[in-house]
Amino acid sequence: MSDTDTPAVRVTDLTVAYGELPVLWDIDMDVPAGKLMAIMGPNGAGKTTLIKAILGLVPPAAGRVEIHGERYERQRRLVGYVPQRGSVDWDFPTTVLDVVMMGRYGALGWIRRPGRRERDLALSALEKVGMTDYTNRQISQLSGGQQQRVFLARALVQDARVYFMDEPFQGVDARTERAIVELLKELREEGRTVVVVHHDLQTVRDYFDWITLLNVRRIVCGPVAEVFTPENLGLAYGGRMDFLQRQAPTDPPPDPQDAFHDYGRIRP
Amino acid sequence: MTLLSDLFTDYTLRTVALGSAALGLVAGALGAFAVLRRQSLLGDAVSHAALPGIVLAFMITGAKTPLVLVTGAALAGWAASLLVMLVVRTSRIKLDTALGLVLSTFFGLGLLLLSVVQHSAGAGQAGLDRFLFGQAATLVGDDLRTMSALGALVLVVLTLMWKEFKLLSFDPAFAGSLGFPVRRLDVLLTTLLVIAIVIGLQTVGVVLMSAMIVAPAAAARQWTDRLGRLVALSGAFGAISGLCGAVLSSLVPRLPTGPTIILVVTTVTLLSLLLAPRRGVLAARLRAARQRRRVRIESVLADLYRLAAQHREPAAAPHDIDALRTMSPDAGVRAGLKQLAAQDLAVADPDGRWRLTEAGLARGRELVGGSS
Amino acid sequence: MSAPQLEILAIAVVTAAGCALVGVFLMLRRLAMLSDAISHAILPGIAVAFFVTHDLASPWLVIAAALTGLLTVVLVETLTRSRRLKEDAAMGLVFPALFSLGIVLITRHAGDVHLDVDAVLLGELAFAPFERFVVGGADLGPRHLWVMGGVTLLNLLVITVFFKELKLATFDAGLAASLGLAPAVIHYGLMALVSVTAVGAFDAVGLILVVALMIGPAAAAYLLTDRLGLLLALAALLGALAAGLGFALAVWIDASIAGCMAVGVGLVFAAVFLTAPGRGLISVLRRRRRQRWEFAQVMLAIHLLQHEGGDEEDEESRVEHLHGKHVGWTPAFTARVVDGARQRGLVESAGERLRLTERGRAAAGRALSGVSAQPAGS
Repeated sequence: MSDTDTPAVRVTDLTVAYGELPVLWDIDMDVPAGKLMAIMGPNGAGKTTLIKAILGLVPPAAGRVEIHGERYERQRRLVGYVPQRGSVDWDFPTTVLDVVMMGRYGALGWIRRPGRRERDLALSALEKVGMTDYTNRQISQLSGGQQQRVFLARALVQDARVYFMDEPFQGVDARTERAIVELLKELREEGRTVVVVHHDLQTVRDYFDWITLLNVRRIVCGPVAEVFTPENLGLAYGGRMDFLQRQAPTDPPPDPQDAFHDYGRIRP
Repeated sequence: MTLLSDLFTDYTLRTVALGSAALGLVAGALGAFAVLRRQSLLGDAVSHAALPGIVLAFMITGAKTPLVLVTGAALAGWAASLLVMLVVRTSRIKLDTALGLVLSTFFGLGLLLLSVVQHSAGAGQAGLDRFLFGQAATLVGDDLRTMSALGALVLVVLTLMWKEFKLLSFDPAFAGSLGFPVRRLDVLLTTLLVIAIVIGLQTVGVVLMSAMIVAPAAAARQWTDRLGRLVALSGAFGAISGLCGAVLSSLVPRLPTGPTIILVVTTVTLLSLLLAPRRGVLAARLRAARQRRRVRIESVLADLYRLAAQHREPAAAPHDIDALRTMSPDAGVRAGLKQLAAQDLAVADPDGRWRLTEAGLARGRELVGGSS
Repeated sequence: MSAPQLEILAIAVVTAAGCALVGVFLMLRRLAMLSDAISHAILPGIAVAFFVTHDLASPWLVIAAALTGLLTVVLVETLTRSRRLKEDAAMGLVFPALFSLGIVLITRHAGDVHLDVDAVLLGELAFAPFERFVVGGADLGPRHLWVMGGVTLLNLLVITVFFKELKLATFDAGLAASLGLAPAVIHYGLMALVSVTAVGAFDAVGLILVVALMIGPAAAAYLLTDRLGLLLALAALLGALAAGLGFALAVWIDASIAGCMAVGVGLVFAAVFLTAPGRGLISVLRRRRRQRWEFAQVMLAIHLLQHEGGDEEDEESRVEHLHGKHVGWTPAFTARVVDGARQRGLVESAGERLRLTERGRAAAGRALSGVSAQPAGS
């Protein structure tokens, strides 16, 4: 029995600041269940930060997130995540199958290793994304489109009700893009909700039902047919917030994620 | 094989060999993760920073038992990495600067304390300076027991938390989204690295320990693409290097253990970089050469085909090698023709002119396309 | 202070200045750890040159060291470029190997001369006054002072003459390259200077102190200024200060001079790190606290603005409603934020509710400027 009234994702008053620089201001956003929603806005608008804040990867200064009516922390098993392709080092010594099985780590919990069942789930996910031939391939040998498919397969094995994807169409070939869109529509048919950080204004009408336009503040959130208008686009992509400029300290605030990832790296 | 029997009967040699092998194993295994997570230089900083910890531990407790010294080293190493993070997170000083700064000042503090201890009375302090460059010959059963126990603990934790560490190293954001406490896992893995480092300080010394973290892992990476095999192989390389280095230094006079082990493991790494079957430099060169040869053959074949196709009876039309040379600026025409002959794709007439065989014509048709 | 002590102090100060000058560029180019690598890796070069010349004071040692230093850099870059190793792993592989080679060479072949390993690490500053620079029978002072003085002058000269080029190449490599300043030349020239400085200094103060003197004062100065010229001057000054402090410490507690000077660097850095105006830790924490307050007050104003005239204005403008709505807004915190906002004239109380003043509305509106119109369809 699906509760069609409870939104799949409800964000209330979400505010995120890096240091004291506001990146997201008072965001209210409702995503109805079973919709394909795009999140769009100019660079620096906070799109990736919104996803990360919803997933609990970045601490908010204010606000609440609910997944299907419950707080996010209790609903992790309902949520799937596809991070940006560029956020990992593809030179890492591991195979395609291995990466996909990582999607089951959450369900496995601590210490338990993936077994037969996880392997089968991973293999069928790989089939869904058309990567069966690459099952035991090193991830360093994959093209951009193939990498994206692997990330998608990893999300599929999570068997989530709500998916969050960060720029899945970035830098993939046309064939992969079509395949991904098909996959997303299939997920929607199954009653799942998919929230996608998107970058291509041209394809919004074809791909998505709902859209949130964002520029540090929520500009608008609603069905594409209604709110994807020139006026709203102008509001989102037009003037920047000079509040940001006035609040900036002398030096750019250190990104808390940097110290984490760049540990030990020497840059030229 | 007196060496082999000595290994079993000679207490010192046995202890040294086992201790060095143990440190190599643990350092290699953890080193694989450190290198993957770009923490190689952190290893260097932690090693140097351990020195004041060791001396302080002695000054406070008056004891030189391995457990005491190791604890001191670990705490100092930990303090150093925390300070590095503090500096990087709260100022515009970059990571490499912070590492160099903390490394050198901590080490200087260690030297300061060492000199103070050496001036104050007491024969008890003798031998603390062996932590500078390592002196495996001073390893005794007690040290070995401590090293083995700690090393075993580290390896057990590593095995238990294998998938968590793998996930953490590859995609910490995804790990966080699954609900894993990423910060705490990071701290745990770094702690294991610190322990692996301090285990080896007595044998290899603070100055050189970072190589034991980096070299076995770098070597192993050339041989395998699977994380499990990488860690195992890295540990194996570390253990073997430790063993060989220690034994070698005990056999040859005036050869200090630490540097010998490092030279052995570096040799292993260089050989791996050169000779590994797929990633190795030699293998890559061979592949490139083979590729060039294939391109050359195909190019000559295609040229011959094009020339022949201009005649009504392609099979009967021999061509001079010079004609081919004008078509292709590449200097490998003769060699290409020889290779074609070896594959029965072309044949030379007694007067030195070349033409394609039936097989060669067929192949040429494939390459060039169109009707002949 | 006795004459030998004065001489030691002079050598230390000059060494610190010379190291700081090259250290600034290493730090700016994110190559700080190269100082560690080079100073370790020059050991085999020095050892070989020593075996050939049997003379610790021979200029060949400097040349050999400089060459080995460059070799280190080349090796690291070759390994990195082969894409089989990342940069940090390449460094962690090359310099311990070279250093080990040096140690093995020394202990195997030079056991009877005072080129021993401890001296290499720690230097022999205490003995420095005993090595004189004698020209034509006249004692011109400690040799190390002349050597390090020369090195420091060389560094100063190169940096002064090529100041513009170095500045451009360090801060905007792309532009420098397009202007024809070969970045490779500058890079390797700098590496050569670092090697020469390292070898000049190691004999006096040992390898580890070289790293401390190159990096520490530069890092401290970096917290004090943005301008390259000032950065260099401050770094040299702070280095000299650290050397002086360290030396005093060493005399006082009778400990290793090199160790004390490294600790001196640490203390100077710590002091600057904490108290630097604007960038020091204390300043940063104070500023963050202030910003947190201002930020919270603006958040309050915006919250009130957004619900002004709306259906839930009644609810949303009650003070108790604000607790827990924002992360970390305990009743106590909320009360203080409200108080602060009231004092700044942004809000005023209306019974149990809060109301925005004109100032508050203006402040909230300013904060949101650029996104002021009511969007369609929301």
